[in-house]
Order: sequence, then C-alpha cells, then structure tokens
Amino acid sequence: MSSGDPAEQPILETSGLSVDFGGLTALDGLDLAVYPGEIVSVIGPNGAGKTTLFNAITATVSASEGDIRFEGESLIGLDPNRVTARGIARTFQNVRLFANMTVLENVMVSQHCRTRQSVVGALLWTKAFRREEEEIAERGKQVLSFFGSRLTGYRYDQPAFTLSYANRRRLEIARAMATQPKLILLDEPVAGMNPTESAELTGLIGRLRDEWGFAIVVIEHDMEVVREVSDRVIVLDHGVKIAEGDYDDVSVDPLVIQAYLGHGAAAAT
Amino acid sequence: MNLTVPSETGPQPPPGPAASTASNDSPPRPPFAQDWGRIARMGAVGAVGQIFISLSNMPVKLDGRAIIEGILSLGYLSLVVLPFAVGSRVGYQVRREGVPFHRPGTYEVVGGAACGAVVGGGLSLLAILIANFDLREPLVNWSPILADLLAFNRGTAFAVVIWLAVGAVIGALGGLLRVVPPLAKRILWTVVLTLFGAAVLESLTTDLAEGMGLEGPVEWFYAPRGGLTVTGAIALAIGSAVLAVVGRGRVKGAKAHIDSLEGPARTRAHLGLILATGAVLVILPMFAGKLTNELLANVGLFVLLALGLNVVVGLAGILDLGYVAFFAVGSYSAAVLTAAASPRINPELPWFVALIGVVILTGLVGLFIGAPVIRMRGDYLAIVTLGFGEIIRLLFLSDWLSGWFGGSQGITNIPGAEIFGLAEVSGTDPRSVFYLVLAFCAIAIYVSWRLERSRIGRAWMAVREDETVAEAMGINTVNVKLLAFVVGAVLGSFSGAIFSAKVGSVFPASFLILVSIVILVVVIFGGMGSIVGVIAGSAVLIGVLGGPKQPGLLAEFSEFKLLIYGALLVWMMLARPEGLIPSVRRTRELHQEEMAQDAWLRGQTDEDETADDNNGAAAGRTAVGES
Repeated sequence: MSSGDPAEQPILETSGLSVDFGGLTALDGLDLAVYPGEIVSVIGPNGAGKTTLFNAITATVSASEGDIRFEGESLIGLDPNRVTARGIARTFQNVRLFANMTVLENVMVSQHCRTRQSVVGALLWTKAFRREEEEIAERGKQVLSFFGSRLTGYRYDQPAFTLSYANRRRLEIARAMATQPKLILLDEPVAGMNPTESAELTGLIGRLRDEWGFAIVVIEHDMEVVREVSDRVIVLDHGVKIAEGDYDDVSVDPLVIQAYLGHGAAAAT
Repeated sequence: MNLTVPSETGPQPPPGPAASTASNDSPPRPPFAQDWGRIARMGAVGAVGQIFISLSNMPVKLDGRAIIEGILSLGYLSLVVLPFAVGSRVGYQVRREGVPFHRPGTYEVVGGAACGAVVGGGLSLLAILIANFDLREPLVNWSPILADLLAFNRGTAFAVVIWLAVGAVIGALGGLLRVVPPLAKRILWTVVLTLFGAAVLESLTTDLAEGMGLEGPVEWFYAPRGGLTVTGAIALAIGSAVLAVVGRGRVKGAKAHIDSLEGPARTRAHLGLILATGAVLVILPMFAGKLTNELLANVGLFVLLALGLNVVVGLAGILDLGYVAFFAVGSYSAAVLTAAASPRINPELPWFVALIGVVILTGLVGLFIGAPVIRMRGDYLAIVTLGFGEIIRLLFLSDWLSGWFGGSQGITNIPGAEIFGLAEVSGTDPRSVFYLVLAFCAIAIYVSWRLERSRIGRAWMAVREDETVAEAMGINTVNVKLLAFVVGAVLGSFSGAIFSAKVGSVFPASFLILVSIVILVVVIFGGMGSIVGVIAGSAVLIGVLGGPKQPGLLAEFSEFKLLIYGALLVWMMLARPEGLIPSVRRTRELHQEEMAQDAWLRGQTDEDETADDNNGAAAGRTAVGES
C-alpha cells in the first residue's frame, strides 16, 4: 500500500481548487493529492462540496480558480470526454445508467474513447472493424465478470432498467471500469444497499485496486465502508478540507465531530 | 417492496386476457342504468366533430369515391366514423386492480346506441340549420349540396330521422364491438380492413392486373365507375373471413419462430425475407403502368428522405425540423452540376459524376449548419433547425443568389440521370426512376443498419439517453451528433438529386417547411429508429394519402391531407406512441414501467438478495448524514 509516499508523484493533485456557483462557494481553495494505487475516502456533511469536487475533476463543472493536475498535466479547460480519455472514470450518486441499453451495451459504449474505427470501417465491414467489435464485447464481458455471475449470462442482453438497485450500482462501476481508467471516482457506491451488499461491495473496492491497479477516490457516508477501504480519509466541510489522515485519527478529530454534530457535541468530548 | 403487492404471498399470475372472463369479474351492468352525463358529453364531442367534418366539405368531396358500388362511398364513410368510434368508446372500462370489471353485455350496446344517436343528432341538427338559415357567407360549404347529401335527396325531415337512426345503429355496432368474442372481432376487423384496403388500392390493382393480363377477374371485382361490385365485395368478405379464421395465430407464430431462431439460422431467415421483399419490389413495377410507377417513385423518394431523417431523429435523438434544407441543397446542387440552363456555372456533368459533388456539397452544408446547431439541446435545437430550414429555402429564392440559382424561376431543363450509358432516368419514365430510388433506398437501409450496430450507433444511443453521462463516459458528443447530422444530410441529398432528375426542374417552392414536417410525421408515425417502420410510414402516408404535392392513392383526400395527418398523429400518440412498426428500443423507452411490471408478474425480476431488510438495515447502519 503506497499511501502518500512523498517521493512518489501523485496521480491526481488539486491546488487551490475553488468552484463558485454565483455567490455560493462550493469548493474553497482545496489542495489534495491522490497517489497511484491508493484508496482515498472523501467524507463530510451534506453540502460540503464532495460531489462538486468530482464534478470539477471530471470537468462537468468548471473550476473558478486553482489547478487540477492528472499525472502531472493540467485538466483545466478540457471537455469531460477528454478527461475520461486521459484516464479518469466516475460513477454517479443517483445512478445514471443508459437505462434502455442492455447491460452489455452499457459497458461497450463506455469504451468509445478507447476505440478508433470510423464510419468507413463500419460501412465496409472491414476485418479491423469486426476485430475491434469483438474486442469491445470481450472487454465488456471481462469487466462484467468482475461482479460474479450477477451481470453475466442472460443478463448481457437485458435492458439496464430491469436490473435491481444493487445491480445497477454494480453496472455503473463496471461501466466506469470499461473506460480503462487509471483513477476511478466512486460517488456513494453503497448508498441504498443493505449491509450484506455493502460489505460485499467494500471487498470489491479493495479488489479493484489490488487486481486492476486503479487509484480510487470514494465519497461515502457509510462509516463502516470508509473504515474498511480507505488508506486515507479527507474530510470536507463548506468546501474546505478540515482534516486528513487515516480513519482512526480523523474519526476523533474535534473539528470533524463539530462539523458533523455541531458545537455542543465537540465541546462534550 | 418497490411494487404494491396485493397479497402477502408474493407474485401471483397476472389477470391476463385468458382470465378476462374468469369469475372475479362482476356481472354485466344493467342495460339502462347508463351514465347519461358521459353519454351526453362524448356524444356532443362526436357531434361537433362530425359537423366539423361535414362543413369541411369532406363528405361531398369524397362522395365521388365509391367503396362498394351503389352502397357506400368514402363520403358517407366519413359521416359514420365518429358515431362508431364514440359508441365503442363510451362503454370502455379500464381493468384496474381493486375496481370491479363488469362483463360486457347489453349495457355497452345500449350506451353505444344512445351515444351514436347523439352524434347522429348533430348531423340532423345540421340538416335543419342548412334548410332554414343561409350561412354561406362565413362557411363556404354551407350548401344545398351538403343538405342533399345528408338527406339522400329526400328532404330535411327524412335527414333528421335517418341520421338519428343511423347514428344509433352505428353506435350500437361500436358498442357491440366490446361484447363480441375475440374471434368475431378479429373476423370483423379483417373483413372491414380488406374491403377498405381493396377499395383504396383499386387503381393500383387494376393497373397491375392489366399489366399481367388479368383484366377479367378485376372487372368482376371492381365496378366500371369505381368501387367494389356488390358480388366482389361479398366474395372478398367471405374470403377474408375464412382467412381470418384459418390464419389465426399463424403470422404471429411464424414471427415468433423466426425470433426464436439463433445465430446463422436466424440470419438466413432474415436474409430470405429481405431477398423475397426485394424480388417483389423489382418484379412488380415491370407489370405496372405509369401511374403506379409514379406513385412508387414518389413513395420511394420519401422513404429515402425518411431514412435519412431517421438517422438524425431516431438514432441520435436530434429533433431536426429543417430537414428539407438538405433535400433542397441536394436538388439544387444536382441541378447546377448537370443542367445546361443553370445560370452561373454549368459543367453539365453526367448525373453520377455530379452525385459526388452533391454528396460533398451537402456534407459541407450539413457541417456548416450542424456545427452551431449541435451545441444546443432539446427544444432550442429544434427551433434553430426550423430556422435553418427556412434560411436555406430563402437563400435559393433570394435576388442575391439568383445569379446562381435563378431565384423564384428556379432551374429548368435539368437532364435525366444517365446510368453509365445503360439507361436514362427521367420523369417521363417513372419505372426507371423507381428502380434508381430503390437502389438508393437499399444503400440508405444498409448504412442505417450497419451504423446502428457499430460503436458509433451505440454512442448515438447513449447520447439520446443521457447526453451528460455520455460525455462523462468519454464520448465526444459534439462530434458524434455532428456525424449523425451529416450522414442524414447526405442521405437526404440522394433523394434531392433523384428528385431534380425526375422532375426536370427545381424551384424554391418545392422546399417548403411543410416537407420537413411531413417527413418528420412519416418517421414518427412509422416508428422512430425502425427502418421497417419508416418504410411502412411512407407507404401509408405518402402512398395512400399523398405527399405535400404528390397525389396518393386516395387523390380525393388531397385537400384534407393535413387534417388527416394531424388526426392520425394525435391518435397515434395516444394509442401507440412508439409508432406503426416500432423498434424494440423505442418500445422499451416508452413502456419501461409496463415491461418491468410484466417481468415482475412473470416472476422474472432481478430482486436484491436480501431486499427485505433494506429498511431495518438502513436504520442500524453507522451512517452519518444522508445523501
């Protein structure tokens, strides 16, 4: 576990990152770094700016100040699809699958930026085109098999909307994996799952790093999951980083307790 | 958990059609305990509609078109459509959980009769009003001709009585439709549709039969002055009734059989179907006369346009209301490149060589229009495309470019398309035009089919579903949408190039906004995203009713074309929003919830493993804050 080795170059680094929505400052001068092979949890009360951080990294919202660097290169000014092409994939807090596409199509379509065949190839039905189509399907199936038999077999051809809630969340992770990223941003991956399922998914997040080598940033409210998976925890409140460190340190930090439970609670400890 | 389960024991078999007469249905309602208010309301709506139809002059105009000689004309048919529809609708019950479903019986028939009589009463009222007041000033069709038609030439009193009676009888028939068993209903519909279809297709059938030397039987079926003969109609009715009984379930069975095939066997079956259809389309025109071929060529031109628009609207989900622009650019560029009479430049290229230029030019125009338009979404995009469609037409009309395109005089004397010295395709030979159109339709079908099943097609789907997520998943949405726009533009330009060679002249007036609308209606009516649907949509709308300027099989309808388009579109959106022959995907999009519910009823849902402790678990978890 390479957690925050200062000698190593961070895979993702933000410096002085601010996002304003009109008068509201969602992120205020945030500095953070994520190192290769690391699982970082981002926690904080509602409105702390966690999802805004993800949106800023993936260029869904634009940063008003500061810089975001991925593998040493700035992401500022790129379109979302270029950011994904660089190697950052994400899931969404409120599951946003392509509901009417089949399970397999969902993981096939997200390989778009890794494939090259053009209209000409498709129309002439060239060998290269057919080979690429096979590879896309193959890679899609490989990604789906990561979740056991839940998304395989007859499920390949079922529209995504027929899936159970937990399977939709799994498919969203699979779709992110299929973009062949180096860094995955998971936005509340176990929200709405029951304890069995979230325990299982917690294990999967670890395996994502160990077997696939992704660096992972997780936003999560479930503290069991946070304690289980994270190498490091970053706590945000009102767009500012108020604490950083491993779970045991952060969970007793008075500032963190104050952010979650208010002044009185902080004073009581 | 997410669905309301009526019982504690979990999923139960659905109360499907098979169970419709089961004991859990309530007994029929007593025949005279009607909801008179509903009857009055629906009847009044029907009456207003029927008066509107009468005053639109439809009955008078269509009276000349006989369906069955001496018995029924299209005009009288237009007077009994609404009593039938309303009479059938008034007794309609929705089958709902927990609401008693009454077995249909005399109640429906009596209600239908009463409601039909109210609609007929509207016509009686109209007859009285026409006899006593003269409102010809605002209402041009307020005429004695209409009065005579309504009264069967026997005076106002007769008209009043007869329409009340006819309304009641037709309404009762409509109500009866709810009562009769499915087989009888099936026979009835088959007979009605066969007779109507045979009457509509009269000119086509006669033309084909003459080409094949089969005048005899056709003369027996069709009366000399149009319409089916009585004996012919009876023979057809009996024949179709027998077919309805014998063929019950066969078509669906065959389709299910083909769908159940796997791999190469399925491909072979599909290939066989396509080849058979292609063979019919190639052979049929050889026996057909000029009129039929002209019709087929017109339908083909619209199929080509609709296939192009289908890529844009159906596959990529870009609502383009100015598609006629590409038809116009295709026509004009073909005209300029081939005609000697074009004002500024006249290279007089052979048609096929010019086609290369047409494709390049239209592609460029597509890029040029698309680049700014494509960055918008939804309604804004639709409005901007509407604007660009008009701008292109106005540019061709303008004095500024009249040195190039002849302004309102257009470009005339465009030579026909010469196919490698083999044949000359021009308007005087509609058969060759049809073959040319057919070839390009085949290309368009191949292109749509191939692209839909490629990474580009999947990207289009994703963009249609959720553009933001598609972009976050690495799809360059601007490029992908622009590509759809350009592919659509190029397919539309093929149609334009053939059009200019066929007609021999192009004028700005041929490219009104109406053309865009009609193509879009064809695509929506046929089924967005469905190739077969789009072809069927063109055949029905353009072939039967007629295009913006092209007459269809029911040439008498030309005045009322837009009225009927509108009515069909409204009906379609209510009854079958996915279109005539929908694509699987589109059906999914529109009926997601129903399909999920059906799956649940069959016990095929994907349940979370321990979904039942979801609630308890959430409370017991060490969750801090809520999402």
